[in-house]
Amino acid sequence: MAISRRVVLHFDKDIVGQSIVCRLAKDMDLEFNIIRAYVTPEEEGLLVMELSGAASNYEEGMRYLSQMGVVVQSLNQDVVRDEVKCTHCGACVNICPAKAFTVDMASRKIDFAGDKCVACGLCIKACPARAMEARF
Amino acid sequence: MLKSIQEINEKIRRGQAVVITAEEVIQAVAEKGVKKVAREVDVVTTGTFGSMCSSGAYINVGHSKPRIKFGGGVAYLNGVPTYAGFAAVDLFIGSNALPDNDPRNKIHPGEFNYGGGHVIEDMVSGKDIKLVARAYGTDCYPRKKLETYINIKDLNEAVLFNPRNAYQNYNVAVNTSSKTIYTYMGVLRPNMGNVSFSSAGQLSPLLKDPYYQTIGIGTRIFLGGGIGYVAWNGTQHNPNVKRGDNGVPVESAGTLAVIGDLKQMNSRWLRGMSWYGYGCSLAVGIGIPIPILSEEILSHAAVKDEDLYGTIIDYSSNYPNREPGTLGQVSYAQLKSGEIEIQGKKVPTASLSSYSRAIEIAGILKEWIQKGEFELTEAVAPLPGVDSGVSFKPLKERPIGEDYTNDGYF
Ligand code: SF4
Ligand code: SF4
Repeated sequence: MAISRRVVLHFDKDIVGQSIVCRLAKDMDLEFNIIRAYVTPEEEGLLVMELSGAASNYEEGMRYLSQMGVVVQSLNQDVVRDEVKCTHCGACVNICPAKAFTVDMASRKIDFAGDKCVACGLCIKACPARAMEARF
Repeated sequence: MLKSIQEINEKIRRGQAVVITAEEVIQAVAEKGVKKVAREVDVVTTGTFGSMCSSGAYINVGHSKPRIKFGGGVAYLNGVPTYAGFAAVDLFIGSNALPDNDPRNKIHPGEFNYGGGHVIEDMVSGKDIKLVARAYGTDCYPRKKLETYINIKDLNEAVLFNPRNAYQNYNVAVNTSSKTIYTYMGVLRPNMGNVSFSSAGQLSPLLKDPYYQTIGIGTRIFLGGGIGYVAWNGTQHNPNVKRGDNGVPVESAGTLAVIGDLKQMNSRWLRGMSWYGYGCSLAVGIGIPIPILSEEILSHAAVKDEDLYGTIIDYSSNYPNREPGTLGQVSYAQLKSGEIEIQGKKVPTASLSSYSRAIEIAGILKEWIQKGEFELTEAVAPLPGVDSGVSFKPLKERPIGEDYTNDGYF
């Protein structure tokens, strides 16, 4: 059975993301599509990607990743903004690795593009008004 | 002088006062010039909305039966310790106060989910607040224990009283170290990964009256959504700093102590803040009207972001260690563009105070004045100015030595 999943890989700065992804493709015959890649302020690597292939290969891939010390988060969590709580300060703007927050130059309000969000959770604690919430 | 405050107030009462915001005045002066606008416009309104840590509120909860005296005992609001060193039933809650059992920065960075600022926000929203007090008991105040809900509507007084707000300019923060730091200027990424600033710039009250010509003790203001007053100069008021050619300080300078009836305020303009790794605070909305009494006052009020500068400070070493040295100056226009250059490196910027809320405050205050609901006041006394000799002194430590251990403080 073929499956396709969107996942976020969290890896230590000592692990090189590139080589891991190559192994997934070569040895496990998984197709991948990297949606985004960043390094967080804690210098943790983040890779957001779509993985597809045979279910058994996918399982094997997941096992391989955990052996490598990579934490896999599936993208079924949503981070949403409470519009009443948000004060449009801007503390989140340069924290988000996915650049989901932008300043509207005319109104100076902070726009949140939920579709760019990769649910890494960094903004949740960095928002002093606690306007960002994780929904499962 | 072109007009007096009394004359402006008469126009306000007749609904004829010409009021514009500190943003609108920039455009007006660009189009018509200072001379003309100074004659046409009566009041320029300013606004700012940001974390102002030196904030708090005092309340009087009324006397219980039998009576209790908090003074000398302890009292908590929603688990957050208050200052109870007054008489029987007065309490002061500071915005940075934390529950005794908050883990603080034990696991760094701490989350600081609930503190004094949040208690003030909950109180002003009309939520019931848990009051727990312990006292030692006297013949006239026998009770030793009190646990009850209280609500702002039942309190005798609830007064917001902030010892230091509305900073005239503020540091622009970066981190030159190799690890992320968590500060009251937000999360600062390593190797100058981002820059944060916290001033409304061209809308900020004291930047638009740089020599405190109209803002003084007794000035009536927009405070937390209600009406408040300037009570005194704020703590750390420091008028005699480096100023630009336009007279505006290029670093933190004047401050205001403000006071007002908490019962009139609302939580849109008083918000508990949780600064990751730093602590709790209170975001406060303040708006101050500037009466246009002269061309000089108008030209100060019309200074724009391009001509207002902040000083870049390294929060990884200079700031915490109180060492001199800066990374230069940058205009608020540059800061608001989203990117500045420091030592040849392009660094993304972000504000920590809400400029959109500042615009809203200046607009609300303008409307209040236009509708005749808000009249201007003459300052009772001026704020200490450049020549006052007032300065911001550092602490000169005088070690206590041997005696220190004997007092049993820690
Ligand atoms: S940090 Fe929070 S309150 Fe500030 S703009 Fe972002 S989401 Fe809104
Ligand atoms: S969780 Fe927050 S910081 Fe992370 S990608 Fe989404 S919006 Fe950006």
